Amino acid sequence: MVALPGENTPAEPSSYDDDGKPGFFARWFYSTNHKDIGTLYLIFGIISGLIGGFLSFMMRMELADPGIQFFTNEHQYLVYVSMHGLIMIFFMVMPALIGGFGNWFVPIMVGAPDMAFPRMNNLSFWLLPTALICLLISFVVPGNANGNGFGGSWVMYPPLSTTGHPGPAFDFIIIGLLAEGFSSIFGAINFITTILNMRAPGMTLHKMPLFAWSVLVTAFLLLLALPVLAAALFMLFTDRIAGGTGFFDPARGGDPQMFQHLFWFFGHPEVYIMILPAFGIVSHIVSTFSKKPIFGYLGMAYAMVAIGVVGFVVWAHHMYTVGMDVDLKAYFLAATLVIAVPTGVKIFSWLATMWGGSIRFTIPMQWALAFIFLFVVGGVTGVMLANAGVDAYLHDTYYVVAHFHYVLSMGAVFGIFAGFYYWFGKMFGVMYNKWLAAAHFWLFFIGVNVIFFPQHFLGLNGMPRRYVDYPEEFAIWNAVSSYGAWITLAGVAFFFLMLIEALILNRKRVGDNYWGEGATTLEWTLSSPPPYHQFNTLPRIEDNAEH
Amino acid sequence: MAGHAVEHDYHLIPPSPWPFLSGIAALIWGAGMVIFFAGLQPRTGESPMMEFFFSKGLDSLQDSYRASADKVGADGGWIILLIGSLFAAYVMYGWWKDVAAESKAGDHTPVVDIGLRYGMIMFIMQEAMFFVGWFWMFFELGLFHKMRASWNPDVLENADEYATSMAPGVKGVDPWNLPLMNTVILLLSGTTVTWAHHALIHGDRRGAKWGLGLTVLLGVLFTFVQGYEYLELFHYHGDGHHPWISADAFGSAFFMATGFHGLHVLIGTIFLAIMYLRLVKGGLRPEKHFGLEAAAWYWHFVDVVWLFLFAFVYIIFAVGM
Repeated sequence: MVALPGENTPAEPSSYDDDGKPGFFARWFYSTNHKDIGTLYLIFGIISGLIGGFLSFMMRMELADPGIQFFTNEHQYLVYVSMHGLIMIFFMVMPALIGGFGNWFVPIMVGAPDMAFPRMNNLSFWLLPTALICLLISFVVPGNANGNGFGGSWVMYPPLSTTGHPGPAFDFIIIGLLAEGFSSIFGAINFITTILNMRAPGMTLHKMPLFAWSVLVTAFLLLLALPVLAAALFMLFTDRIAGGTGFFDPARGGDPQMFQHLFWFFGHPEVYIMILPAFGIVSHIVSTFSKKPIFGYLGMAYAMVAIGVVGFVVWAHHMYTVGMDVDLKAYFLAATLVIAVPTGVKIFSWLATMWGGSIRFTIPMQWALAFIFLFVVGGVTGVMLANAGVDAYLHDTYYVVAHFHYVLSMGAVFGIFAGFYYWFGKMFGVMYNKWLAAAHFWLFFIGVNVIFFPQHFLGLNGMPRRYVDYPEEFAIWNAVSSYGAWITLAGVAFFFLMLIEALILNRKRVGDNYWGEGATTLEWTLSSPPPYHQFNTLPRIEDNAEH
Repeated sequence: MAGHAVEHDYHLIPPSPWPFLSGIAALIWGAGMVIFFAGLQPRTGESPMMEFFFSKGLDSLQDSYRASADKVGADGGWIILLIGSLFAAYVMYGWWKDVAAESKAGDHTPVVDIGLRYGMIMFIMQEAMFFVGWFWMFFELGLFHKMRASWNPDVLENADEYATSMAPGVKGVDPWNLPLMNTVILLLSGTTVTWAHHALIHGDRRGAKWGLGLTVLLGVLFTFVQGYEYLELFHYHGDGHHPWISADAFGSAFFMATGFHGLHVLIGTIFLAIMYLRLVKGGLRPEKHFGLEAAAWYWHFVDVVWLFLFAFVYIIFAVGM
């Protein structure tokens, strides 16, 4: 293999020294430092990812063969399905992408010394363990007559989430999600204020790096979407109290479909909340390792804005089969297809950035390229599902499962890993072992594709979601899918080997800009890791500077 | 980079215990909420919340409800809820005390002040989206009840009643009675808070105290009037003998929207009252008083939401009663 700059850069003496960090407890529990809080978020995301990954691995082992293997009943399987979704979305992807990388790099990229509200930043983090504990408690308290836990999926539709689960398990989930929601809202307020108010002199919005743009759009989506979820959850909570409010109870004039509207009004922006920061990260990586500025910078920025805006008016495409009016379906179909346009702008701009560039296939670049490829697969199946007629056939089949795992498990998660390897040296001051990292990438890449690609076939053949058992005819592709889970597990093992090697055993120090030419944003002007408080003198962005 | 003097105006905050303690307070409060409202056992009937409220007063309601009730749930959840609430209140007190002290110490430079303004605007935006949720539910139940006819046999059997109102037996509240009074109270309080603000800017602290004090009083008055209206509704809701807890979803949406607004009036009143205390104790300078401005913004927001509630929830749905 050709020696790549960066990964083989000899250790340089670090300019990093002790600069007034508080003691251990104050530093990690009372933190007001955006980089420390970002690290906390990343650690939290890894822990949640392990829990959510364990749940999905158990699901895959169960589905490896027809019949019921491990789970005592359907309810327990559904509990695993539901908790996998909730934990992966709210406690892995969002904390890692927005909380982790957003906290670490948005202030640095806009040239600010810290976030606008450092204390509230820490509140955003510390509400998350609270929320996760509530979700974990729900595993062990009564759900319904079939056992403990909540088995109504992450969408939590009534009546399954009201009369279907009378036990307190779902109440704990409501409280946990409310805590998570407020954490995200406070985080969104913080990011918006930081980006709008604390940009360095000369850093206009149109010179701001794309990752900061992506977090800005994401923060607005969080700010406007999450309160609606909180309102819907609160109505579920009051509906569930004995003698409750009956919002979603037809017998009392309520409307269960209304919950789906409220939920998806939040839920669809949530999809973009999870993917937009990954877009931002991939833009940086593609630009860095092509040694070219990003192609069509302004188009890239406003494509994200367009995705965010249109993302608010397409929610009912998740509900084509609830008995909606045909005109409404036609509207939501058309609006949904419109989103493919700005998304296409992004894909083509990434390709055009690489076109004629001097490309280096480093580990983060491999993740980013895999992201582009797999996100296109997920996006195209999304265009399929956007059609109301097609969706009537594919709704709630494994085709949908394959679709959203291609955009999340391979879109958002690949974005997280791409960013993790891209900024690993910057965050921790040490370089990963590229062989362990490559093993992680290839096992993960092959593993997730083996898991999810066959699920397209299963879905097209009519295998429904959320069942613990299935007929013999689906056995082959389910078995293949479960082998993929083993491969992915091996990839995860290499991820931890990589972490142990890099952070504990080897500790090969890196310089300030270990990727060399091409890495142009402000974080590369700082030491690795950056000083405890950077930019005591604010950087000044020249008029002719690249974005 | 490190080690040399800070040359920017941003506010770097030393480590603070409040966020971490907030997380713990939220955990205790959340556990209290679940145990208090739901209990730790599956529910078959009455919840501890109902037990708590309706066994201590409102006896008539309790009787009508208790017929089908079968007491379940962990007693004592209210203790956890109380501890969580007090802990949260203590944390908020400590946190905002720190903020006020930092403002006094001059940490809130012009750029930090602008940041606080952005933050408050964003906070009000997310509050507005909360109300979007309640209004959406309200309009859905109020406007589209006929569309649900196909799966609600009650609508088919009582077509006449549904033809003129949102649901049979539900009567709207007369908007030109107590609601109109509350509208006047809130609009008046909007002027008094502006009076206080301008008086403070012009150095008239006496006028500021009067204006702010009156605003707080009007806020309390609003809460009392709404409480009185609620009591009336609890007793004479719908056909005259059904208590609100057996009201239909439309009634729930009414109480949820107006009640959530009432909660915001309470929060806004407390916010203004604290500003009044700071004013009395000599805080809030003419050139720098963002706390008061934030409270005023919040109060105006609550005011505007009320106007929407008054126009849509009270007036529009009173037509055709």
